[in-house]
Amino acid sequence: MLNKKYDSKIFTSCLTIIFGVIAFITIYPFWNVFVISVNDPVDATRGGIYLWPRLFSLQPYIVIFRNNDNLTQAFIMSILRTVTGTFFTLACTTFLAYLLSDKNFIFRKFVTRLFLLTMYLQAGLIPVYLLYRQLGMLNRFSVYILPHLVGAYYLILMKSYIEDIPYSVKEAARIDGIGEIGMFTKIILPLSVPMLATLGLYVAVYQWSSWQDTYFFASNNQALTTLQFEMVKIIKQSSSRMSDQQVRELGRSAATVTPKSLQYAIIIISTVPILMVYPFLQKYFVKGITLGAVKG
Amino acid sequence: MYREQQSTLRNFWSTVKKQKVTILLVLPFIVYVVIFMYVPILGWVRAFFNFRPGRDLLDSDFVGLKFFQELFTSRGFWLALRNTLILAFMNLIAGTLLTLMFAIFLNEIRNVAYKRIIQTVSYLPHFVSWVVVIGIFSQLLSIDKGLVNEVLLALRLIEKPLPFLLTGRWYYGIVTFMSIWKEMGWGAIIYLAVMSSIDPQLYEAAFVDGAGRFKSMWHVTLPGLKNIIIIMLVLQTGWVLNVGFEQSVLLSNGAIIGNADVLSTYVLRYGLEMGRFSFATAAGIFQSLVGVTLVLFANAVAKRTGGINVLS
Repeated sequence: MLNKKYDSKIFTSCLTIIFGVIAFITIYPFWNVFVISVNDPVDATRGGIYLWPRLFSLQPYIVIFRNNDNLTQAFIMSILRTVTGTFFTLACTTFLAYLLSDKNFIFRKFVTRLFLLTMYLQAGLIPVYLLYRQLGMLNRFSVYILPHLVGAYYLILMKSYIEDIPYSVKEAARIDGIGEIGMFTKIILPLSVPMLATLGLYVAVYQWSSWQDTYFFASNNQALTTLQFEMVKIIKQSSSRMSDQQVRELGRSAATVTPKSLQYAIIIISTVPILMVYPFLQKYFVKGITLGAVKG
Repeated sequence: MYREQQSTLRNFWSTVKKQKVTILLVLPFIVYVVIFMYVPILGWVRAFFNFRPGRDLLDSDFVGLKFFQELFTSRGFWLALRNTLILAFMNLIAGTLLTLMFAIFLNEIRNVAYKRIIQTVSYLPHFVSWVVVIGIFSQLLSIDKGLVNEVLLALRLIEKPLPFLLTGRWYYGIVTFMSIWKEMGWGAIIYLAVMSSIDPQLYEAAFVDGAGRFKSMWHVTLPGLKNIIIIMLVLQTGWVLNVGFEQSVLLSNGAIIGNADVLSTYVLRYGLEMGRFSFATAAGIFQSLVGVTLVLFANAVAKRTGGINVLS
């Protein structure tokens, strides 16, 4: 890769500093939000909190998790859709990818192209909205799950991966008299764990971060609100001044919590799960993207 | 010839019979994709009719290209299109350049541990949603004690806090910066992966020929990345018209809407908010068709100049 012969101290130290700065710029905004979120809300409005809290307080978090129907419910719904969505998307995508990985399958090219085309040809918001309305999906939980069961991009990734599994393994299983379903559950799935982890992460992050579908298709059903969507509501309202009534909707104790502090606490709450998961799955998804780049 | 066709047909049916289990299992997926992805496209028909939500399509009058005409003569549409294109190309160009530079220079770092830490940190923002990103940056750029203004004031570079989020001129730059902040590290992964597969002997050869660090970047690393860069550019071109939606919805306000409105928000406003389904469908069709055209065009250019066919 690189020849030690052209090592220049100036260059190396410049590089080190520049990347250090980049890393700082990347991390600092999160740190800033965290620090403000654990600061007393009223004190936080004075500004000037940069590296550490001035007056420590867990008030915003307490308000969120204690009796607040809105936010707690949103939190639960976020988890629900993430887990359900990830499970079903992985199951469907992987199964179809498996079916399409058989090079002798007579409709293989046809079905693959059918899905591939959808990556480029999009119907648009209105037709999709009207379709969901016809299917009775509007303001129902299914609108979070059904549209994402099989996505072209993930299908291609998974299919490439399964195709790479050595034929000898599959052949051996066939000789032992295994059927389609058995092949899938006993052979393919266990061998696909890295890819499943990668895709699972992608899908989970999508489900967790998603708010547009709530906004377009489920905004009339308060029970379906998610953490992200509540945040959207706060952001859109914080440019205008909130009445006490509105603040009360967000947090019971209007006197001790400000919308800003609540917003920050929600940001931290919605970021932390991702932070906890992603170090473990890192090695998987770098491989996954590489596969996508090399194959696709 | 007839006999050949007959036996090919027979082969076909016998294969179908052999694979009937697989076919049966694939069928639901075909139904699924047709319903969810292709049926909505049939809905494009609505753009040519004066479709009212209550009534059936057959009851509505045919209006031909009236809505398209209205679209192309609407000032709001052209503004939205302008904003979309500016944002998309700023993002595409600045984003690709900076991501490339990030990857190439990161690759030059000797200390493996430091490199890995930087890389891991760099793609953290990718996993966070735009809602969070905008929540964070709204505060940082706030005119009311936002960090950026505080720092600028402290350094005496400005006298009064700047209204970053309320000035149209700043919008493109702010959104582009946020996009790069969010995606640079993630985008670099692919380039780094491809770089690691460049033959080390090429670097050796370059060194022997007297190439220093920068020369070998130019003559070895970049050519090695040429293919992947082209692929990425082609794929992203197709998305050009869909850009900017989330940021626009979350950041836009009365003061900057002239700069912040993009095609997608235009469609949203006229479609779901005002209920003008046919009109918004027409705008959506424009988005989709231009998107496909751009991808095909970019692909053709790629084939000519780079010899790569992304959409095989």
